[in-house]
This record gives sequence, C-alpha cells and structure tokens, in this order.
Amino acid sequence: MSAQRHVFTSGGDRYDRFSLASARVPFGLKVAAVWVVIFIVLGLFFAVAQFDVQWMRDQLSYIVGGLRYTLYIAVGGIALAVGLAVLGALGRISKNPVAHGISGFYVSFFRGTPLIVQMFLIYLALPQVGINLRGSYPGMPEWLSNVYVLGPAVAGTLALGLNYGAYMTEIFRAGIQSVSGGQGEAADALGMTYAQKMRKVVLPQAFRVIIPPTGNEFIAMLKDTALVSFLGVTAASAEIFRRSQQAGNADFKNLEALLVVAGIYWALTAVFTFFQRRLEARVSAGYVRTSALRTREAPVPPPRREGA
Amino acid sequence: MTSTEAVVRVEGLHKRFGRLEVLKGVDLTLHPGEVVVIFGRSGSGKSTLLRCVNFLEDPSEGTVEVGGVRLGGGHRTRRKLAQIRQLRLHVGMVFQQFNLFPHMTAVENLMVAPLCAKGVDKGAARKHALEMLDRVGLADKADEHPIRLSGGQQQRVAIARALAMKPDVMLFDEPTSSLDPELTGEVLAVMKSLATESHMPMMVVTHEMGFAREVADRMVFFHEGSILEEGSPEQMFGATRFAETKTFLNAVL
Repeated sequence: MSAQRHVFTSGGDRYDRFSLASARVPFGLKVAAVWVVIFIVLGLFFAVAQFDVQWMRDQLSYIVGGLRYTLYIAVGGIALAVGLAVLGALGRISKNPVAHGISGFYVSFFRGTPLIVQMFLIYLALPQVGINLRGSYPGMPEWLSNVYVLGPAVAGTLALGLNYGAYMTEIFRAGIQSVSGGQGEAADALGMTYAQKMRKVVLPQAFRVIIPPTGNEFIAMLKDTALVSFLGVTAASAEIFRRSQQAGNADFKNLEALLVVAGIYWALTAVFTFFQRRLEARVSAGYVRTSALRTREAPVPPPRREGA
Repeated sequence: MTSTEAVVRVEGLHKRFGRLEVLKGVDLTLHPGEVVVIFGRSGSGKSTLLRCVNFLEDPSEGTVEVGGVRLGGGHRTRRKLAQIRQLRLHVGMVFQQFNLFPHMTAVENLMVAPLCAKGVDKGAARKHALEMLDRVGLADKADEHPIRLSGGQQQRVAIARALAMKPDVMLFDEPTSSLDPELTGEVLAVMKSLATESHMPMMVVTHEMGFAREVADRMVFFHEGSILEEGSPEQMFGATRFAETKTFLNAVL
C-alpha cells in the first residue's frame, strides 16, 4: 500500500497533479466552469452548424407569447390533478366498495393508456358521443349533445389533469397513509366525523409529504403541455411548442425553432425547480424535520410516462 | 336498566382479533368520581378494554354504556356511527404516544374538536381551551407547537385536549409509559389533581403502582383477557387472593 501511494504522489499522473493544484478551488466553482465549457462547445457547434441565430432571436418574442397558454394549461391541469388525486386517494384507502372500485378503475385506466391517446379520446372521440346521443335521442336539448365538443386547449387540460391525477393518486395515498394511525385515532376519540378528521387532521399533515412530489409533477406537466399542440390549437391561442412549429415551418427554420422552444422549456423548468426547492425547504422548516430532509436528498422520481 | 349509578358500564365484553381472543368476557362498572387502575401483564387485554370503551375497537360481544348511550359491536351503519360519535363525546382519552396534532399549536389542539365536533363558537372554545391549559399548568405554552414541548408537557396538553370536550370520564392508556422517568411525575400530578380535586371518573391503565396506591379507589388485575381479581389498593398491596397478582406486583414494585 505504501508503495502504491509513493507511485501516486511522485508519478507524473496529469489528472492527479491537476486535482492537487485545484484542491483549494471550491467544488461549486469547478462545476460552474464545466457548465461554461459545455456552453462554449455548444456555441461553437451552433456556429459550425450555421444555425440562424438571428432568426431565433427574431422569433423568440412570438414563441414566448405562447407561454401564457402553456402556463394556463399546466396550472389548470395540475389543479384538476390535485383535486382528482385527493378524491382518488381517499377512494383507494376507503372501505366503501363503490368509492374503492371507482378510484381503482380511474387509476388503472389513466395509468394504463398513453397520455396522447387520452388527449385524442377527449378531443376527437367525445364529440362523437354527443352526435350519437343526439341520433338516439333526438329530443335531447342541444347543449347536452354539445358539451362533448371541447376546444383543443380545454381537451388537453382535461387529459393532462385526468392523467396526472391518476399518477398523483398514488402519491397522495402514500402521503395520507404516512400520517400515523394515532392521529386518526385521536381525532376519532375526540368525536370528530370522518370528513372533519380528514380535513383538519390527516390531510394537512399529508400535504407536507405530498407538496414536494406534486411540485415535481407540475414541472413534468409543464413539459407535457407540448402534446396539446397535436390537437391543433388555433394560431391565436397556441402554446409555445405549437408556435415554434408554426414559425419554423413558415421559414424552413425547423431546427432553429426547436432549439428555441427547447430552451424556453428548459428555462421554465429551471425556474420552477428553483421555486420548488424553496417550497420544499419551507415545508421542511416546520415540525417534520427528518422526512422533508429525506425528500430533498432523494427526490421522488416522477413516474415515467410516454411523450415526456 | 339502572344506569344512573354508573358512568361506564361494561357488560360481557369479548374481543377477538381473528382467532385470538383478547377479551374473554369482561364486566366492569365505573361509578361517579371513581378512579380505577387497571394493571396486568402486557397482552392481557387492558388497553383493548379501554379502546372498546370508546369504540376505537368494536366489541365482538357484549355492550358498553356511557352517558346513557348503550352500544354493542356489529356492523357500523350510518346510524351506529352517529351513536358511537355521541358516546365518544362523553369519553376523553389519553394515549401512550400523546397523539397531539403536530401541525397545530397547543391551544389549537384543544380547540379543534370543540369547534367541529361540538359546534362551540370560536371565542368560547379558545377561552375554555386556555382555562384547560392553565388547569394542566401550561397556559404559557398555548401558542407553541407540540414539537417545542417536552414529552411530559405534550402529555399534559393531551390531557387538556381531552378535558376540553368536557367528558364524563377519562381513559388513560399507559399515559407515562413513553416518557423519560423524570417526566412522569408532572403527568401523574395532573392526573392526581384531576381525581382528587375535580373528582373526574377515570380508568387508568398503568404500571405506576405509586400512583395506584395513592389515587386509585379500586384496582383491577387483568390476566389473560379477563379480570382475575379486583379490590382496594390496601387489599391489593396487602394480601392478594391469587398468586398471579402477587407475582406481577412483586415484579413491578
């Protein structure tokens, strides 16, 4: 062993000398340097590949204009998903066969089919239901057969919410079950009803566990909003991916357009990841000292899903 | 039924978990102002009895009567659930693990049940909650979260929380077992004052024989799922009828 060490220090190993020389440079600074190098290489690559940077700059504002629709869809989707996940999770832990059965079916179907298929089902197949219903029951009021006709953004939001809600049902179920049984018993012993027990005692504690992974789900959903563009959103209300395609196709600058939109998604997720970390830290600052630390070190990996 | 004399009346109580019979026919009556200490080996059914009294466990056979509500086991219909809740409003329970709500301050812990289960208005609930905290000597901790309190303080808040519902009877399920030895005194002192000053009827599962000797009106020895013998502390600490009781007392004393 001592022989090995001898060779190691006196030998001309270049990496070894480098790491010795930079031993005092903070780790973070080194990582930053690596990032800078990566960007320089990418920049050189762009220059060599002759991407039209000027075009990218010109189109940026048009594409960014779609950001609000991307955010509408994501926020609407996550709100729907959270609501469904609460109900789904309560159903999954319920002893009521109806509630259990419905939530089991919901989770199974929406986790068992691709998100993009669900989007098309809601956008294209649902209107057919309305038309057929009207065929079978001509007397039914018009609005009742028209409710199935949804705009692309609405259908997309609905599909995202339903799909993510199914995944998050499991997160919420685990969160609710992480609240110790003694808490529920204490609420029971105090004469609280099931609804009061859930609302006042169990769910507030479960949310501390649920919030960090829900942040992850929101970030994943931000990216999945790109799928809505397949439903063919009208130009005025197109989200960023749709806009990038429109702009790219028009000027034959498809690759540039993709780079721009990829950059926007990336920046967006970076910003939200930053806020999510802060939120996580705030949540953990309360009474649950250990569990929040754990999520920070090993974030719950978002479930793999198609199209992401 | 002559239920006026009894605060709690347990009759013919059996409890089975699958094939395991934990309670094998227990009859126990708690009179107004009476403190009953229940002791016995772990697994003898003491805690299960307490949990059956407020229906955290459903009895397999037999009935429990509290505050004029007499209930047995069986399927929990909607009506049954309402009756169980009605019964629970008369029963305060203190757990071994305190089970305080960690996301609420001490005073909020005391207020939540009166607010939602009894429909007391907020001002009155807070006023009464502060009185109860003062009763257990923790008025100055009203706005602290449980994590900031010592184990003994937490258990005293838990006692105050149960008292805030103005129960007819208090159940204590090994209230000092998870406390460090130097913290049990403050909890036992609160329990003692509850018994001697407020004359609160209490069923206490505990191994604190000093407390039993001082406060108990009656001691009940559980052995293998039923009551083997009962009597005043003098009788129990003097001469027991059964060897099992003697052996157990010698082990814990």
